[in-house]
Amino acid sequence: MEHTLAAETAVDTNLAAVSDSLIIAMIVAYAIALFLFAVEAAYGRRRRLRANRLMPAGAAAARGAAEPAAVGAAGSAGAAGSGAAPGTGGMADLDAEDDMRVRMRREEPEPSAAQHVVGRIALVVTALGLLLNAGQIATRGMAADRWPWGNMFEFVVAICLCSVAAFLYAAIRYQARFLGTFVLLPVLVLLGIAARWLYSEAGPVIPALHSYWIAIHVSAAIIATGGFMVAGAGAIAYLMARRTEIRRAAGERVSGVAAKLPDSELLDRVSHRFIVLAFPLWTFAIIAGAVWADEAWGRFWGWDPKEVWSFITWVAYAAYLHARATAGWRGSKATWIGLIGFGCLLFNFFAVNYLFSGLHSYA
Amino acid sequence: MPTESASATAPGTAAPRPPRDRPEAPRLSALGWARWAWRILTSMRTALILLFLLAVGAIPGSMLPQRGVSVEQVRNYFLEHPDLAPWLDRFYLFDVYSSPWYAAIYLLLFVSLTGCVLPRAAAHYRAMRARPPRTPRNLERMPYSATFTTAAPPERVVEAARALLRRHRIDTAEEPGGARALAAETGYLRETGNVLFHLALLALLIALGAGSFLGYRGNMLVVEGDGFANTLTSYDAFFPGTAVDEGDLQPFSFTVEEFQASFIEEGDLSGQAAAFSADLSYRAAPDAPEQRHHLAVNHPLSVDGAQVYLLGHGYAPEFRVTNAEGDVVFDQPVPFIAREETAFTSDGVIKVPDAGEEQLGFTAVFLPSAAEGSDGELVSTFPDPRNPVVTLTGYQGDLGMDDGRSQSVYQLYTDDMRELGESPELSPGDTWELPDGAGTVTFTGYRDYISMQVNSDPSRVPALAAAATAVLGLLATLFVRPRRAWVRARPSEDGRTVVEVAGLSKTENAALTAEFHRFATSLRDRLRETPATDTGTKE
Repeated sequence: MEHTLAAETAVDTNLAAVSDSLIIAMIVAYAIALFLFAVEAAYGRRRRLRANRLMPAGAAAARGAAEPAAVGAAGSAGAAGSGAAPGTGGMADLDAEDDMRVRMRREEPEPSAAQHVVGRIALVVTALGLLLNAGQIATRGMAADRWPWGNMFEFVVAICLCSVAAFLYAAIRYQARFLGTFVLLPVLVLLGIAARWLYSEAGPVIPALHSYWIAIHVSAAIIATGGFMVAGAGAIAYLMARRTEIRRAAGERVSGVAAKLPDSELLDRVSHRFIVLAFPLWTFAIIAGAVWADEAWGRFWGWDPKEVWSFITWVAYAAYLHARATAGWRGSKATWIGLIGFGCLLFNFFAVNYLFSGLHSYA
Repeated sequence: MPTESASATAPGTAAPRPPRDRPEAPRLSALGWARWAWRILTSMRTALILLFLLAVGAIPGSMLPQRGVSVEQVRNYFLEHPDLAPWLDRFYLFDVYSSPWYAAIYLLLFVSLTGCVLPRAAAHYRAMRARPPRTPRNLERMPYSATFTTAAPPERVVEAARALLRRHRIDTAEEPGGARALAAETGYLRETGNVLFHLALLALLIALGAGSFLGYRGNMLVVEGDGFANTLTSYDAFFPGTAVDEGDLQPFSFTVEEFQASFIEEGDLSGQAAAFSADLSYRAAPDAPEQRHHLAVNHPLSVDGAQVYLLGHGYAPEFRVTNAEGDVVFDQPVPFIAREETAFTSDGVIKVPDAGEEQLGFTAVFLPSAAEGSDGELVSTFPDPRNPVVTLTGYQGDLGMDDGRSQSVYQLYTDDMRELGESPELSPGDTWELPDGAGTVTFTGYRDYISMQVNSDPSRVPALAAAATAVLGLLATLFVRPRRAWVRARPSEDGRTVVEVAGLSKTENAALTAEFHRFATSLRDRLRETPATDTGTKE
């Protein structure tokens, strides 16, 4: 028999204090960014977006948007400003010598979004907030000398980090800056809940969490959650834009933020794209969790409430992917299924820990 | 399965529609019904509904206690809700995941998925071996098409296109009038991944089923210094699979040599174990060489296809009991169950059936770090044994062990016993003289015990392989973009060659239009670089 006192109880209090003050700093940064994004959404002028992976190329190429877009857009690939005509099914002479004509069966609506100079500033402030967020997590991990996700507070902060990172990726890669308000609002609510109710001091965790699997399983789940968050924000924006379009088609005048949203098709694509990115990661997180459970708890699947709800979430998103690929389900119906999946994800994250007793209790 | 063209009816089940709305033929043959049922069952919509039901059916299992997880909690639920619980039990709501209705969903899904996937796999196999579809007559009908002229002859156009379309499957054809056509296709991996993903899910379902059939699980407590042999009687609780019997237990054995624990002393988490582990020496079989293993949470022992896990730990105080005649009738450690984990206040029961004329029994509380609480009560303040103290309550009479009913070792049945009184606080070495000269109890010391689990599940590795395959298939399904491209080059009257390029994407993706356009322009540029070989008016 050998009983000792844990040596690693020593928490670096200075670093922990730095970490705690960074929480405030990052909340302030995100709040400023949210305000600026809201200003852009409300007062920006609709402007065309450059073509990219999610946005139709024809229209952008037509205007001779020759500068190489971040994603290697279509039009710029041609040698001498070749491209398609803007009109529906239109043809244009592109190269006098070779008589190149391009024809596209379906001319897609031109992607555009409300833009304002403060949007760029907001992006910079968001990036700053992200750095503070990352710093907070790193200092907390160093202070407690362990992987910095072991309790609810740390999960929420890490999910916010991944959501904002996923949003920045969307903003840079797909020019989806218009999602700023939709992502930062839930992020700030989550951070508020974390700071007010979930806060716990930096410290060690229970032995079951002493494993390198925490870095694999929990990280994958957190990153996937960040992706699903952006997808959920895109889904809600889609539903708003879709309603606006229906009302417009009915001859109503629409004003306000909803009127300035981008084309609903584009929002649907952004939302879908992030579910496509997050879904395999979520699958991997579940499998990694099963491998860890096999090692720590003696079974790889034991119908623990957390396992059950992660499975339900998985099924909901799988149903979304099927529905979106099925004629007649694309659009609002599929989007609602995706939102149900997001609801299951949030339920799994919050409710399962507090309502049911299970092995995943670290609240 | 996510594919644009997926209809409600799976391919390969294109049986003739059973006659409908024909009054003269209302009866459907048995075969017709079977076909109809099969088609409904194997449609994608049914598969999705079943998947959805599998998820919804799992919900009650997460809200109600389950026997498979904790029999104790189910028993408590019955006590708390005496009216509701029997009704819930009638619907198997305390055994959701092994209930007939859940198995029905699971099996129907299995059949549906099989009927969905196998024809898809066969169709894909044929498509992989087939040549790319012929170049259509009118390329301008394609979602993307481009036309340009070049000085290069048709053969060179096709050659240049072939060089540009790397990693495509390519077919070329000569058409009347000296024209050449090229058809190219790529991205077969998407459907391969799709089929692979669904087959892997089937394999996973099979593995899970096989595991509950061929595997077993058992729990036990082992006191430090004691040994364990893998036989049925060594377990405190044993849950065998349907096809497991006693002879299937692997013949390993081990001894718990030493237990170590470290506890957090300060802060909010004071008393929480920072780590605990045990050193084992084990043999895979009685005649196998002895090996050692450091057993810890997250570090199980793998032996002969079984896994041995460390779940928890506790104290086993040692007692020596003498009867009225002064004979030693009991001398062994007794595992106590911790009430809580932050100070390890533990409860236990000592049963002494061979005490003489009347049996002895004790309920006891063990405090590893005893101290006086605020209200004068003795409490434990820390899980480490800093000031171990035991208090006992003694009983004399009939333990009720002889009537054949099984008893919990953690419960004393005092119906046929009378209380002897309570002991003073005993430290190690202290002896309590029982009232009425009934004997003595000595608290001789204490040892650690560990709670363990043994798991044997032959389906673990196949299940993991299936799951990993599913992820790979999923990645291919989601990220490979199947597409077709066509090129037709025909000589025109002015001596130049007219080149038509067309592209068709099988998935929605705005980037592919851009890719087709890039292909068309690169083809044009490449041909422009070609030195003129004929008399054509070259730029």
